[in-house]
Amino acid sequence: MSSTGAVLDERIKETSKLRKALIRPELGAIVGTVAVFLFFIIFAGDSGMFNAQGVLNWSTVSAQFVIIAVGACMLMIAGEFDLSVGSMIGFAGMSIAIFSVTLGWPVWFAILLTFAICIAIGALNGLIVVRTGLPSFIVTLAFLFILRGFTIFFPQLIERRTIIGGIAERAADDWLAPVFGGKVGGVFFDWLASQGLIAVFERGTRAGEPIVNGIPMLIVWALGLMIVAHVVLTRTRFGNWVFAAGGDAQAARYVGVPVARVKILMFMFTAFCATVFATCQVMEFGSAGADRGLLKEFEAIIAVVIGGALLTGGYGSVIGAALGALIFGVVQQGLFFAGVESSLFRVFLGVILLFAVILNTYIRRIITGER
Amino acid sequence: MSSFDHDPIVEMRNIEKHFGPVIALNGVSFDIRPGECHCLLGDNGAGKSTFIKTMSGVHKPTRGDILFEGKRMDFASPRDAMTAGIATVYQDLAMIPLMSVTRNFWMGREPVKRVGPFSFMDFGLANDVTMEEMRKMGINLRSPDQAVGTLSGGERQTVAIARAVYFGAKVLILDEPTSALGVRQTANVLATIDKVRKAGIGVVFITHNVRHAMAVGDRFTVLNRGKTLGTAQRGQITPEELQDLMAGGQELVALEGSLGGTV
Repeated sequence: MSSTGAVLDERIKETSKLRKALIRPELGAIVGTVAVFLFFIIFAGDSGMFNAQGVLNWSTVSAQFVIIAVGACMLMIAGEFDLSVGSMIGFAGMSIAIFSVTLGWPVWFAILLTFAICIAIGALNGLIVVRTGLPSFIVTLAFLFILRGFTIFFPQLIERRTIIGGIAERAADDWLAPVFGGKVGGVFFDWLASQGLIAVFERGTRAGEPIVNGIPMLIVWALGLMIVAHVVLTRTRFGNWVFAAGGDAQAARYVGVPVARVKILMFMFTAFCATVFATCQVMEFGSAGADRGLLKEFEAIIAVVIGGALLTGGYGSVIGAALGALIFGVVQQGLFFAGVESSLFRVFLGVILLFAVILNTYIRRIITGER
Repeated sequence: MSSFDHDPIVEMRNIEKHFGPVIALNGVSFDIRPGECHCLLGDNGAGKSTFIKTMSGVHKPTRGDILFEGKRMDFASPRDAMTAGIATVYQDLAMIPLMSVTRNFWMGREPVKRVGPFSFMDFGLANDVTMEEMRKMGINLRSPDQAVGTLSGGERQTVAIARAVYFGAKVLILDEPTSALGVRQTANVLATIDKVRKAGIGVVFITHNVRHAMAVGDRFTVLNRGKTLGTAQRGQITPEELQDLMAGGQELVALEGSLGGTV
């Protein structure tokens, strides 16, 4: 090789711009999203799925999935799993209910204390994984049972039941509760209604009010978390450490990346996301149940994998995970609108998971040059 | 050889390393001067890995002194050695294949720019520097975004070497950089070693391939069973002699006869 510089290897074909634009981790999720929307526009286009109320319906469900998928995505890219997300959701909701209703503490305090407890449990998850070197699969599986057990035990011990209601009344004048249970943009929807762009109630106590009177904070949280996580992951130094920690922890350590700290922080972030989910849910329902959040950890992981992340870490996209969550929400609600038996949701989910993962594997091979 | 006008950057004196009852190193002396390529040769199990891990701060020597620029040093961790200017490129742990060349190049030392209260990774600067440094090493990247997994083994070694050089290494330890490579890629890596040496950096080149060593080495030190068998300068030793030293001197002579001198 001469010192004047190498020439491009003649065996590497020039890649076209279009191909380059297509080859990205989110491609599988983008294709899936388009396919799902096309499907429902054709089969449920006139069922009300795409009027204001219908859109709000599936956006809200999707937003729930987005919130936990964002946390699971960041953690998976950092090379770890959290199977305790679902139990954490139940645990956090129950914790808010016990603190605010049973113990009578202010709702804002109950919420903040719950966040502190859950993030601490996330840190404990991370600390055990990092210190012992055990697979996070096992450690968080243990917490799946531990947290679910406590979620059933405490309300039974204290209240002799597994559902605690009455949170809505307690939260009525609270300053923090609306951040999770409130709605924004009411004025805008009033205006839309006055212009005749969205439907209004025709009868009843709310006659004249728009059917959709604001965007739930749940959706705002979902969008906010998605944007922040995406920017942190792709644009910051810390994001590079997340990729490095999941890609090859040893190589990352050799160049001074604080791998343990990164992983623990990601476990804490996942716990934070689960708690946001739980708080929004509790504020919406006005109650906490011991069975809330069941199987959510798998739904989050499926959304992340549909979104193009690699199960072994080091590769993935928050936007992809959010699209995976959107596919979830749209399919789940869309089957209802289309009048399809809802048990077929799982069949559909399994099929789309398989296709997305096959497509993603192919894309990844192109990107990384594996053969 | 101009490099002999300089004092050694790193000098290792009578290094011993014991792992419990096992004596891995039993008095190894070695030094590296700026601008030279000092080859460390030895068969498997000779103690090469233990020795360079001692040099790069992974192991603490049981006995013996490490002098860095004339002063005694105690490296508590690889990080300490790196800060001092000793960079090690491990054969398998150099790069993360799923990440882009730029992300790998800057991993752990990402440049940032502040926008208000937030600091973002400065991809403009990072990409430009990566392209430029790789070009200096003779590799024209298609794009700094391309994943390291798309590069050949030799190119990956080169990225790791370019990274160490850019971040101010005074001594570059290369752990068997050519052992998994084909002929042409080996030539590329050897050419890179030559470039690095000409930039005034001391290169410690670990290999068990005498031909690779002879191609770029200024001095040759042979390790056998945890001891140095001696250091020779370029021109004072033939490849055959080196080969015999590495193998302990005996069997290979007979073996080589039957193989027709191909080893």
